[in-house]
Amino acid sequence: MIKYFGKRFFYMFLSLLVIITATFFLMRLAPGNPFTSEKQLPPEIEANLNAHYGLDQPWYVQYFDYLKRIATWDFGPSFKYKGQTVNDIISEGFPVSLALGIEAIFIALALGVLLGVLAALYHNKWQDYSSMIFAVVGISVPSFIMAALLQYIFAIKLQVLPVARWDSFAHTILPALALATTPLAFIARLTRSSMLEVLSNDYIKTAKAKGLSRGVITVKHAVRNAMMPVVSYLGPLSAGIITGSFVIEKIFGIPGLGSHFVTSIQNRDYTVIMGVTVFYSILLLLSIFIVDIIYGLIDPRIKLRAHKKGA
Amino acid sequence: MSALPNKKDKFVVVGSQADHAEKINKPSLSFWKEAWLHFKKNKLAMFGALLLIVLITMAAIGPHIVKYDYATNDLMNSNQPPSKEHWFGTDDLGRDVFARTWEGARISLFIGIAAALIDLAIGIIWGGIAGYKGGRVDEIMMRIADILYGIPNLLMIIILMVVLGQGLGTMILAMTITGWIGMARIVRGQVLQLKTQEFVLASRTLGADSRRILFKHLIPNSMGPILVTLTLTIPTAIFTEAFLSFLGLGLNPPLASWGTMASDGLPALEYFPWRLFFPATFICLTIFAFNVIGDGLRDALDPRLRK
Amino acid sequence: MKKRKYALFLALLLALSTFLAACGGGNGGGGDKAGGNGKEDNKKELKVNIKTEPFSMHPGLANDSTSGSVLRNTFEGLTRINKDDKPENAAAEKVDVSEDGKVYTFTIRDHKWSNGDPVTAQDFEYAWKWALDPKNQSQYAYQLYYLKNGQAANEGKAKIEDVGVKAKDEKTLEVTLENPTPYFLELTAFYTYLPVNSKVAQKNPNWYKNAGEDYVSNGPYVMDQWEHSDKIVLKKNDQYWDKDTVKLDKIDMLMINDVNTELSMFKKGELDWAGSPFSALPTDAMESLKADKTLNIKPIAGVYWYKFNTEAEPLNNVNIRKALAYVIDRKSIVEKISKGGQIPAMAAVPPSMFEENEKGYFKDHDVKTAKEYLEKGLKELGLKDASELPEITISYNTDEAHQKIAQAIQDTWKKELGVKTKLGNEEWAVYIEKLHSGDYMVGRMGWLGDFNDPINFLELFREKKGGNNDTNWENPEFKKLLVDSQKEMDPAKRSQMLKDAEKIFVDEMPVAPIYFYTNSWVQRDNLKDVVMSGLGDVQLKWAHFE
Repeated sequence: MIKYFGKRFFYMFLSLLVIITATFFLMRLAPGNPFTSEKQLPPEIEANLNAHYGLDQPWYVQYFDYLKRIATWDFGPSFKYKGQTVNDIISEGFPVSLALGIEAIFIALALGVLLGVLAALYHNKWQDYSSMIFAVVGISVPSFIMAALLQYIFAIKLQVLPVARWDSFAHTILPALALATTPLAFIARLTRSSMLEVLSNDYIKTAKAKGLSRGVITVKHAVRNAMMPVVSYLGPLSAGIITGSFVIEKIFGIPGLGSHFVTSIQNRDYTVIMGVTVFYSILLLLSIFIVDIIYGLIDPRIKLRAHKKGA
Repeated sequence: MSALPNKKDKFVVVGSQADHAEKINKPSLSFWKEAWLHFKKNKLAMFGALLLIVLITMAAIGPHIVKYDYATNDLMNSNQPPSKEHWFGTDDLGRDVFARTWEGARISLFIGIAAALIDLAIGIIWGGIAGYKGGRVDEIMMRIADILYGIPNLLMIIILMVVLGQGLGTMILAMTITGWIGMARIVRGQVLQLKTQEFVLASRTLGADSRRILFKHLIPNSMGPILVTLTLTIPTAIFTEAFLSFLGLGLNPPLASWGTMASDGLPALEYFPWRLFFPATFICLTIFAFNVIGDGLRDALDPRLRK
Repeated sequence: MKKRKYALFLALLLALSTFLAACGGGNGGGGDKAGGNGKEDNKKELKVNIKTEPFSMHPGLANDSTSGSVLRNTFEGLTRINKDDKPENAAAEKVDVSEDGKVYTFTIRDHKWSNGDPVTAQDFEYAWKWALDPKNQSQYAYQLYYLKNGQAANEGKAKIEDVGVKAKDEKTLEVTLENPTPYFLELTAFYTYLPVNSKVAQKNPNWYKNAGEDYVSNGPYVMDQWEHSDKIVLKKNDQYWDKDTVKLDKIDMLMINDVNTELSMFKKGELDWAGSPFSALPTDAMESLKADKTLNIKPIAGVYWYKFNTEAEPLNNVNIRKALAYVIDRKSIVEKISKGGQIPAMAAVPPSMFEENEKGYFKDHDVKTAKEYLEKGLKELGLKDASELPEITISYNTDEAHQKIAQAIQDTWKKELGVKTKLGNEEWAVYIEKLHSGDYMVGRMGWLGDFNDPINFLELFREKKGGNNDTNWENPEFKKLLVDSQKEMDPAKRSQMLKDAEKIFVDEMPVAPIYFYTNSWVQRDNLKDVVMSGLGDVQLKWAHFE
């Protein structure tokens, strides 16, 4: 067990190092510099700025400086917003994104599982077909289109929800729904197929034969076991939620980390792009790691061992 | 598939003729033929396949049907609703949306297919070699893949697009740079399973070299899962393209892809909805088609799922 | 066993009810919001969108219009641009100018910072010297180069103490300029010239990074809240010297990046203003806003032009440049693409400064003359046909609007003149660097006046190597006129000199002007006295709801 953890950690660390190195050098390669503006700066001031941000140092000094700083959880200053550090930006934006993400995951899980179970229980009946049509539509519509449509219908045409921003609970509904759509559809499909598989198992037949009610069978035996693929989907799910949030937060004007990331791409605010990428990568690696552990905990058949990754 | 078609055959008394005991009543079908028969029965998948054929045909002939060019401006006729003249209306520069939609189909499908094929090529080579060689080589190759797999690919794609600049080539490169890993893992898994089987041993005894075994026996026999992964990679790539366009990292104008058209049309939703409607609908239809085909293939190609 | 069944039921119920509750809650919230907006009397809260996080709330560091939009309302400079677009005394009570126009003596008005400290002449001296001090890396320090030794000090060639600004006593500020600057009182209203409370700033060097006790200002409003990248909340400043004029209690400045979202929020009553100058209106919405008569348009001091690299073949030929410039169909561009009521530009200086420039120096979309120039140019180059010209690359920074204009111009050049072109776009930072280093052929650029004087639009072409020239063009006569105009104290004569310079400029056509900018926006009908200057800035000091 410990050996397994150690090994996983080591690989996570290596992945992270690759990410940091890649982002660092790619950003060095990026043309243009953060201080270019319409009205050109006097060269003296530009030199001054470069010196201040350490951009006049040779690349290897900058690289190791950057590694050192990341090791101490310091992502450096923002070029675009004077006096703000990337850490400030993350600590202000992330809680918002997290709240949005959790709400979306909750909706996706609750409705996705519900739809999937219904579809499986009423296999080949209208419940099944309508849930699956819903799921296919959810998978087929790009999130920015979904978000714009929801905003248009519910906020502008029907006027029942606020258009944008992140103030009251009402403000969170549309963005969370838009963010949840795709994962919801995935979860519904996953749940349905694994439910179908589980329901055809002998132990379910045995349970039926024992005279257990449909509800008991569903909850106690089927759903629980059918949840395994859904749990393993949680890793990719969090990745999807993070990248989805870029689009959703921009459209709904939510001051989360995702909209920051998009703005920093447009501004070419390199330190923010790098910092946020590294931060998200750490987050994702950790979440996949945690999902693996949860997976091991709920499925006794799986033992966490180092060579699990095999086939 | 709840009804078993040959249920009543089970109870036909065939006696105990010794010479017929070993005979297989079912006509012998090749793997692919059987898969096809199975796929054909899946109505949704067939519908998807039909849809895809229509889409591809339109991508091929669509831009030539109308007299308008996808890139020529006509400012006097901007934002015209669909009409006899312009079947899908015109965009803000007066360009024909119909012509652009099918030009966009070409590019979007090209991106999807190119990304998938490159993934496939690298994946087969990497995964095939790792799985076949096994041992140290496998260990090293798969660890490298594991490390790269940990990189959130969409973030990496964004960074690459920022740095390398926008364009068709960069976009495909960015998508494949981490995209091949999934394919490599699948190929490796298949090869690992297959290489211990007797037919491989037989082939080896007959003097086939590793290359031949790998590419003539192992890979073709892993085609099922590979094909499924492939069909599901294409919509992902089309999706990614649309996503990048929305972030402002799409293709350069006047090139049109469904993604750039949809993100250009998004602000017009309230005023000139056709500019969003057509590209968005075709993105959805394409993704839908590939998804149901992928599902259908998975069911058809995996013997365990055939019931 | 029964319990299990309930559990399932409850779980499903929970999932459903949260969902429904969510929708229900939304109903209430949305309804409240929609009802409470715009209609009630004596509304004292204003909601605007400033689109992005400002670069900095330090007057000496700010270098963008977003920061300016906030600072203009929170700080009081020596002068303030009034409702008639003229500088009037603000933090200064009295201004004396020396004979030679080089020494200004300001008497500071008796007024206080928001924390109760008196505003002193030292606060101005401190602020200006701080911005010029190279170690503070102010990117807008060049705004202060009009001060004696300002540039030298900023470049480290002179001591900061030698800069021409001095507090004679608490209430007297003496400013010495490098050259007589006829528009200096316009400049003192600009944000780089705003004061900083030197006591607070010396105690806490980070005073400007967040709202709070140490963020003190002396303007009509003070910053009450600053949620980075989310919103800035201003409230009325009780210490303001002219506080009886200020009617609003609170201003919410939201930061919503998406202009479509912004307009939707306005339409739904969640904002009182959408569009320029804080943000922009989506072009696709323009027609519908014009149709329902809600769109407001006001010309501002800014020009959108295409710069020619006058050292690149074939743009080194003045006739080719003129052909390309004359043929552009500006009216179509303005009406069909930018749609904001922009004015076709056939001159360099906006009509708000030179009225006659509304007509310009040549005719818009003059295909005939353009063809003549083309013939002439081709002859000079020894070519027979336009198709033999080297392919011209039109560059622009990645943006929907620029792209459309470039496409339209590409189209016209091809259709009318047969000139082959291709488009190239880059991200802003890359683009601007290419332009500055002369690595382009034709490139778009927008130029906005910092203060209300024509020199803004000519000065940048004074020298070939000037930081913002980009065209590699220079002309000794043009240069002389500009240099002389700086010393000319008679406004009429000076204006004539600048007009002469402009004529030379347009005649040599190192840039093809496209249009003069306008501000276009929508606002609540009952919102009054939002003052928009000729530069396009907005002041909310006098704003109120009726």
